Amino acid sequence: MSGMEDTAAAPATRPRRTGWLSLWFNRRGWADITIATPFLWLVVFFLLPFLIVAAMSFALRTSTSPPFSFGTDGHLLSLQNYARLLTDDLYIRSLATSLMNAAVATVVCLLIGYPMALALTRVSRSARNILLMLVILPFWTSFLLRVYAWIGLFGTNSWFNRGLTAIWNALAPADWALHSIQMMNTNFAVVLVMVYSYLPFMVLPLYANLEKLDLTLNEAAMDLGSRPWRVFLDVTLPLSMPGIIAGGLLVFIPVSGELVIPGLVGNPSQPMIGRVISDEFASAHDWPMASAVAVALLLLLVVPMMLYTHFEAKAQEKKAMEP
Amino acid sequence: MDSGIKGAPLAAATASGAAGGAPFIRIEDVSKSFGSFQAVRNVSLQITKGEIFALLGGSGCGKTTLLRMLAGFETPTSGRIFIDGQDMTGIPAYERPVNMMFQSYALFPHMSVEKNIGYGLKHDRMTDAQRKDRVREMLDLVQLTPFAHRKPHQISGGQRQRVALARALARQPKLLLLDEPLAALDKKLREHTQFELTNIQHKTGVTFVVVTHDQEEAMILSDRMAVMDKGRVMQVGSPTDIYEFPDSRFVAGFIGSITFFEARVRSVSGATALVEVPAMQTCVTARAVPGLAEGALVTLALRPEKITLSRARPEAANAFSGVVHDLGYFGKDSLYKIALPDGTTVSVNSVNARRSGESGRVAVWEDAVWLSFEPDAAILLTA
Ligand SMILES: Nc1ncnc2c1ncn2[C@@H]1O[C@H](COP(=O)(O)OP(=O)(O)OP(=O)(O)O)[C@@H](O)[C@H]1O
Ligand SMILES: [Mg+2]
Repeated sequence: MSGMEDTAAAPATRPRRTGWLSLWFNRRGWADITIATPFLWLVVFFLLPFLIVAAMSFALRTSTSPPFSFGTDGHLLSLQNYARLLTDDLYIRSLATSLMNAAVATVVCLLIGYPMALALTRVSRSARNILLMLVILPFWTSFLLRVYAWIGLFGTNSWFNRGLTAIWNALAPADWALHSIQMMNTNFAVVLVMVYSYLPFMVLPLYANLEKLDLTLNEAAMDLGSRPWRVFLDVTLPLSMPGIIAGGLLVFIPVSGELVIPGLVGNPSQPMIGRVISDEFASAHDWPMASAVAVALLLLLVVPMMLYTHFEAKAQEKKAMEP
Repeated sequence: MDSGIKGAPLAAATASGAAGGAPFIRIEDVSKSFGSFQAVRNVSLQITKGEIFALLGGSGCGKTTLLRMLAGFETPTSGRIFIDGQDMTGIPAYERPVNMMFQSYALFPHMSVEKNIGYGLKHDRMTDAQRKDRVREMLDLVQLTPFAHRKPHQISGGQRQRVALARALARQPKLLLLDEPLAALDKKLREHTQFELTNIQHKTGVTFVVVTHDQEEAMILSDRMAVMDKGRVMQVGSPTDIYEFPDSRFVAGFIGSITFFEARVRSVSGATALVEVPAMQTCVTARAVPGLAEGALVTLALRPEKITLSRARPEAANAFSGVVHDLGYFGKDSLYKIALPDGTTVSVNSVNARRSGESGRVAVWEDAVWLSFEPDAAILLTA
């Protein structure tokens, strides 16, 4: 964008017309372009569509095409959709289910992914490459195929279900004994498949963070009397917080809007928010309502995060200023 | 040559260790291999309580590895380490009465200066008030009280180094290990900190083992030092011992500058030996060392400041002549390079005691000069 002004101004100051373009490119053009490209991409494919969605959320549903219009009842902007969002408990319940499932899936991903990432940093270089490869390998088969494979496993006659049932029967008191475990169409299945699908998104940022940690810090803590577990709590864990946050967000955010997994293995009477948005758009043709739900979800995810970073930065600044 | 070196350090170590009373730290025939590579070879050392002991040697000679074995981060492949009479074999780092100041300082980046210093006290049985007092005392010792709440990245390199020292001293270890403690500091700060370190050691009475590759630093800091080469200890002694009485060509050449001459023993009578030095085209007398045999080939070593220059032939017992090949004027002294008839170059350092212009110098380029030295000044080396 700043390049436009340059191209306009350059010919006037440059005597040779053939030179100015290459001069501009060599001086700063490449830098401008490299920086501007991802920005343009975000503006065109994320910010503008989102603004459209946000605007649409203030419109009303009509039976025209496209099926919405602004300001039919005198007001240009209608808050009707947002009012419905707060009153109709379908939205609140599905939002709660989504956030709940996403939170559980994120925590489980962290509990499984952290030891995996830590182990990756501790093994030899050649073993590390093979293990990293294995973490990424599932991406090479179709996501849908892998979910369907899970559907097979959840079935009451599968070895997986029978194995889990046997374990349950062995551990639980006799009068709680089960024939088989109902796994299909439960939140358990949803969370399990989510954890399975999104685990690499937790492991990779954590690994990138843990791999950078200076191992002499561990030695220093040990030298000062800490046993290995204490060293982990005092040094490794706090220093890996950025990795935990990055991995957590990379799992939590897409999982809370997840549509496919709950659609295939979830409980249809307990929809997640992704399903609700999709239904409003596709079945109910209520684009404004779908937009309002989408905006609400985004605000719910982004605002707490922004507040957190804001106050965290403030607190850091304040601490540094202390005498 | 190699077999002669092996025998010497063991004897020297036992001799000086026994002199200082019961040894506080005993390193017995310790070796460490990484795969097929031997980083530390058959090292035996005895370190006395309350002394500053320096490990000096070139890069990769195994100093850090030896230190890490004392701290408990590496296990010796063979041999044993005793600290205060206790065998350290199998005792993990967190249970040793030893603290280390790391070469990179290894301060915890997420903790304030205060928290860093107090970290090791968490495990000691003391009340919160005692802990606070101890941290305050340590902050005071290293003069960092105003920076107690800063994070390590908010203080200077020299301050970080003092935090690392305070943190290592806070638990009152029996032994403090310092790996190149001053390497990251600039020259001026380094000199200042050297004296500070010695001061703190005197105040606390803790035994220090300091690793360094800087010979001057080792000389200034240490009560005794060990010179290492390729995983072996070559010589142990006080800085004066090491400088004035090196017992191998390696140690003599490693510390300070020196000129070596090939020589042959003519005769040994009591404390002096008469040796023939072809490069000097004469026989000279020198202080005898054990193991001299008549007719044997030895090395005669002379330090530049032990040689006197003169224009006329001096009265001294040991004199030889050469031509000034090069000279450098450094203000307080001048360094001469004298070429001998056979091509050997001898370095001579002479203090500019009198105030004079260029014409007042002992000699200038291409002048023929006489060099002389006391029999005591010459070092005879059989290895
Ligand atoms: N973990 C290890 N694995 C393999 N070789 C090692 C290891 N640690 C050290 N070495 C080797 O052992 C030798 C001695 O290393 P050490 O770190 O003790 O040297 P140093 O005397 O401290 O050198 P510097 O003055 O450069 O720090 C080196 O050749 C080094 O390459
Ligand atoms: Mg080292």
